[in-house]
Amino acid sequence: MRNPVRTTITYVLLILLTVLVLTPLFWVVSASFKPSGEIFSYPPTFLPQDPTLENFTRLFQEMPIVQYVVNSTFLATSHTLLLLAIATMGGFAFAKYSFKGRGILFAIVLASMMIPFHLVLVPLFTLLYKFGWLDTYQGVILPYLASSGFGVFLMRQFILGVPSDLLDAARIDGTSEFGIYWRVIIPAVKPAMGALSIFGFLGAWNEFLWPMIVLRDAAKYTLPLGLASLVGVYRQEYGMLMAGTLLSILPIMALFLAMQREFVQGITLGAVKE
Amino acid sequence: MKPRYAPYFFLAPFFALFGVFMVYPLFDSIRLSTYSVRGMRNQTFVGLENIERLIADPLFWTALWNTAYFAAGSLLLQLPVALALALLLSNARLKGRNLFRLSFFSPVLISGVFIAVIFYLLYDRRYGLVNRVLGSEIPWLQDPDLVMPALVLAGVWRWAGFNMVYFLAGLQSIRQELYEAAAVDGAGPWQSFVHVTIPALKPVIAFVVITSMIGSFQLFDLPYVLTEGGPGNASMTMVMYLYKHGFEFINLGYAATIGWALAVIIGVISIIQVRFFGVFREN
Repeated sequence: MRNPVRTTITYVLLILLTVLVLTPLFWVVSASFKPSGEIFSYPPTFLPQDPTLENFTRLFQEMPIVQYVVNSTFLATSHTLLLLAIATMGGFAFAKYSFKGRGILFAIVLASMMIPFHLVLVPLFTLLYKFGWLDTYQGVILPYLASSGFGVFLMRQFILGVPSDLLDAARIDGTSEFGIYWRVIIPAVKPAMGALSIFGFLGAWNEFLWPMIVLRDAAKYTLPLGLASLVGVYRQEYGMLMAGTLLSILPIMALFLAMQREFVQGITLGAVKE
Repeated sequence: MKPRYAPYFFLAPFFALFGVFMVYPLFDSIRLSTYSVRGMRNQTFVGLENIERLIADPLFWTALWNTAYFAAGSLLLQLPVALALALLLSNARLKGRNLFRLSFFSPVLISGVFIAVIFYLLYDRRYGLVNRVLGSEIPWLQDPDLVMPALVLAGVWRWAGFNMVYFLAGLQSIRQELYEAAAVDGAGPWQSFVHVTIPALKPVIAFVVITSMIGSFQLFDLPYVLTEGGPGNASMTMVMYLYKHGFEFINLGYAATIGWALAVIIGVISIIQVRFFGVFREN
């Protein structure tokens, strides 16, 4: 930064843009602690004049929010673990073995990343009906995992970087192929698994349309489903909606803050060469 | 397990799931689109009737227009914003760079449902922050002419930070010597942007344009929660229309046809873009 004018302009712009981006989020936090009268006051108050926990206590009383958090956590965690298993195994096969059909199978994985999930919403629904899997968590999780092609691709890119000498050395020691996967590959790609797990967790935690189609019983709802149903009933209860929104965003923000570096590495690997 | 069979064993989980939950439904979707399916047990073969009906269905064209509007808006507004953010952040010596990047990225972490709820409050005619700042009482979500622009703006807020990360990675991979060489040739900042930065970013731009197009054409949760497709059908999108037929009217055959229309449109647009950029190498 040699040019002080340019530096100043850059900082001013960055700060303005940050304010613009963060204002809606700040508004959520602020409105969560406002009594309902204050949200509709004129002129608007930026900070709650009379902070209250009323929105949160009502949320916990009138909505099974704890249940939703438990459901969301269970769903997102199982999805993430299965995704990690599928992606590391598939990535390992493509990166470290030469076998008949590798080229065509890898092309299928790449092509699968381009298929919009929404194309198969209806036939998937009828399939789950035949399986008797409507209103079950496996019905939500397993079809969604058919779109793990990106994960397989991502893990392949990372596993390519693991030296093949390590694998050969393990083979000479008599380690089985699965043993190599478990004891050599997995420890070597832990950072990449960190990236993929945020991806998987974020996607499953935030997904709305597919769980809405599969899940019927309100006791099985995830946070987005629960909050969306709240929107219908409490259109004007902004305070409660904002408190619910805040509670849903916090866990994912915390997770992201803890694993930012891996995540950024992970999402850019697909797009940028070298 | 012999090493010969090991790769097939490791690939089995992915291909089993992909076969059952993607390939089979894709074919079933072709079958469904030639049937009139009212409920699970009432199916009649109708041939191409669903397609004829789709072409004559004004609401389908409305949904397509709205979706294309959103996609075009994202392309023209969100991607330049994303690139601008990346350019502002590209200097490694910038203080607080991580903090800025994190702030711009944070909306990506939030489910569309919550973003819809947040913008529902921001766009409120009387009490919304947007109108308060502007000193106006614009009915953003109630005016058929304003509802799509309002959704595009919410989309910019939601996704610009995501695409910024790609541009940022692309900018960092440009070798510094290229800029130095351009400066030696007497290029100013604008010229080196046009002749060095843009060509070097081409693969990233291609990736971002194509993925954000595919994403935009699948817009659902934002309008579903924010406007329910209204006012009238002014913010009805293709996936919402598919959802309505499939899961509200239980008209599965017609919904499958809408799904195919969506897939064909996304496919054609992707192919045009791949051709236009001339690159889509995966590794």
